Amino acid sequence: MSKKDLGLLILILVVGAIVAIINPRFLLPINLANTSNLIGLFGILSIGQAFVIITGGIELSVGSLVALLGTLFIDFIAVRGMGWPVALVLILVLGAIIGLAHGWLITRLKLQPFVVTLCGLLIYRGVARFYTADGTAGFAFGQNFPDLEFLTAGRSWGVPNSFFALIVIAIVMWVVLHRSVFGRYLYAIGKNEEAAKYSGIRTGRIVMAAYVICGVLTALSAIYFAMYTRSISPASHGQFYELYAIAAAVLGGFSLRGGEGSLIGVILGTVLLQELQNLVNLLGIPSSLNFAVMGGVILIGVLVDQQWGVFRARRRMIDASRKTMAGAPAE
Amino acid sequence: MNYSDTSIAATTAFLSLENVRKTYPGVVALDGFSMEVRPGEVIGLVGENGAGKSTLMKILGGVTTPDTGTITVDGAAHNSLTVEGSLGSGIAFVHQELNLFENLDVAANIFFGREPLRAGPLKLVDRARLRTMVAPLLKRVGANFSADTQVADLSLAQQQMVEIAKALSIKARLVILDEPTSSLPIAETDKLLDVIKALKADGISVIFISHRLHEVERVADRVVVLRDGMLAGTLGKRDINHDQMVKLMIGRMLKEREKASEAARAPGAVALAAKAIQTPSYPSRPVDLDVRRGEILGLAGLVGSGRTELARVFFGIDASLGGTLELDGKPLALSSAADAVAHGIFLVPEDRKLTGILLDLSIAQNISLPNLPAHAKRSLVSASAETATAEKQKKDLGIKAPSVQTRTGTLSGGNQQKVVLGKWLAMNPKVMILDEPTRGIDIGAKAEIYGLMRALADAGVAVLMISSDMEEVIGVSDRIAVMHEGQISGILDKDQFSQENVLLLAVGKQPR
Repeated sequence: MSKKDLGLLILILVVGAIVAIINPRFLLPINLANTSNLIGLFGILSIGQAFVIITGGIELSVGSLVALLGTLFIDFIAVRGMGWPVALVLILVLGAIIGLAHGWLITRLKLQPFVVTLCGLLIYRGVARFYTADGTAGFAFGQNFPDLEFLTAGRSWGVPNSFFALIVIAIVMWVVLHRSVFGRYLYAIGKNEEAAKYSGIRTGRIVMAAYVICGVLTALSAIYFAMYTRSISPASHGQFYELYAIAAAVLGGFSLRGGEGSLIGVILGTVLLQELQNLVNLLGIPSSLNFAVMGGVILIGVLVDQQWGVFRARRRMIDASRKTMAGAPAE
Repeated sequence: MNYSDTSIAATTAFLSLENVRKTYPGVVALDGFSMEVRPGEVIGLVGENGAGKSTLMKILGGVTTPDTGTITVDGAAHNSLTVEGSLGSGIAFVHQELNLFENLDVAANIFFGREPLRAGPLKLVDRARLRTMVAPLLKRVGANFSADTQVADLSLAQQQMVEIAKALSIKARLVILDEPTSSLPIAETDKLLDVIKALKADGISVIFISHRLHEVERVADRVVVLRDGMLAGTLGKRDINHDQMVKLMIGRMLKEREKASEAARAPGAVALAAKAIQTPSYPSRPVDLDVRRGEILGLAGLVGSGRTELARVFFGIDASLGGTLELDGKPLALSSAADAVAHGIFLVPEDRKLTGILLDLSIAQNISLPNLPAHAKRSLVSASAETATAEKQKKDLGIKAPSVQTRTGTLSGGNQQKVVLGKWLAMNPKVMILDEPTRGIDIGAKAEIYGLMRALADAGVAVLMISSDMEEVIGVSDRIAVMHEGQISGILDKDQFSQENVLLLAVGKQPR
């Protein structure tokens, strides 16, 4: 764990302690379980986003995708009577195809990630609304999927299974990002795509793969979100979720220029964001201020991090000059 | 000091430094350094990388404060200069990396931030007056382009002229040129040296910093040599010659340079053959070229003659618009650099920092990057395998760094270049293309890189070296191919080597 991640962890604990002191309900099992469920859902989404951001790209369409894929999933199993494992695989494949399309437009046709995914944001939202005729996708009364519901919205030993899912995905993705050849390529491309290309890396394929990973993880989280809310009105479901994911990555130390950030960082970023949401609720802050609180904290966090970097660089120089002075008389 | 051989000796100095010392944590960058610059004098400032040249420039530019010492500018003594003070007293810099706005035209660049304004509250730029102000400046630097040309459309030498015109526009009395010719081809270099002479004739002093000693030889009235932060010596006009400068720079005489009289090597089989290759920049001019095993083929020519573009096609970065490539007699299709690498065709690119290495990665990570799967088990990177490969290259190439985990961004240019070489040498090169491999690298490291290229050729690798440095091309190559406007204008064998022949071919004429 890097010092940056450690700092973020301490911040999370300090904020948690303060909230717990002001309102002890923060520590109630039911509250912790709810919060960790949301951490699980948003965490999966944010890890996907992190893989794109590490390449220096951005994926703005994930909120709309959560709405579209969630709508399709519920429609498949509730209306069309598809077996849920089949529907799940289908949705994940759909997520992968959409990610591939984004990656293809960005790497082969050289469109900017911002533009491509902004169009995606608009298109998928529109398609989702059209698909339900601006209605709501939901389950009929008495419709049950016990296995699926256990895996997505259920709990084991009091802990939401979505949180366990996040832990498993995080461990796998940590290995991919920080230990694998592919992960090294991602960092290299994020730092300097030209130099990576001149080192014989097929940069286009790697970047495309990052968008595919993002698409698949988004699709998975879309299913989790769908099973969590159980009914989806595509006009608002998943709105701004791309910003939650980006914010989690930025809080976790990712640079939007690419090449920087860690998996632990993005998880901690997600935890802090959900903690803040919870804080707004528990401290009786008007929920209309929700976004303002989040924005303020992110701004302060990024500012402190940046200033801390400047401070450390200065101290290193002072230390170095002290060392040379101390060494001088001995010569 | 004795300047008896120059007539300018009598006039008082415009700038003088006395006993200037500057230390950084852990290093003494300048130690008791003194020098003088007289009006209309051209000073050649030479020294290896790390000798203290950049510190000296920072002090003159007012960016850095010296620890002790006196700086006298135009009769006024200071302990240190400020940026405004330096500019105000007429010291202007033309940096190696040009500071021009490529998307603006020449006039806008020269008077950027000081544009003449029309009357009225809108403060619109008075374009007519701007043009009349720029015209005489461009004339003085001998510009062959107009004031409303976009800077992006100018050649490098022309851009430097714009920088110099900018210096003249602030009524500069001392122009400091930092490595101005390092990226210029021969003909353009001549133009720049002419501009220096014109400045001198106008009574403007010039400090000319360069690694290209023969150019220093041509324009300098006096040469100041820095070594390890100290004044290694000053050479008066009559004593300026290549060997003297080198001797002062490194503190000893270099070994007799490899004589061209070496027994002609038996040419090996053709490794890489270009047959009617059409590069994107000169699509109508097909190129035929053979690079043989065991030879160093020098590729000379003016900047913009299509050498780098050809190298990009050989390395799979750009697709050829026509023609075919052959490797060892078999047709070769390249759709990416990855394909070229897979075939053992490697490129050491021109722009080290942008394309050669990743400055943020460690030496080990850079060296393993092109061959990462070989340093991995079940596609997980093995740090120990990486370290082992990098340690070997570090030892073989003499990369000077605390460890292979050191960030490459902290290394000197020469050591960075060795990392670029190391990443390819760790694999199995068949064809090694080097684009300006010694640009901005000090003399010691240059000699090592020449040695490496020769060792590669001796091991049967086909080496293609692009270079704008005439001495280098003639001194290192076994054959020289010269490009002119996208085509190979001629190929010289060892017995035809001469600066004149290369130059004639480079401008499209026949050699003698």
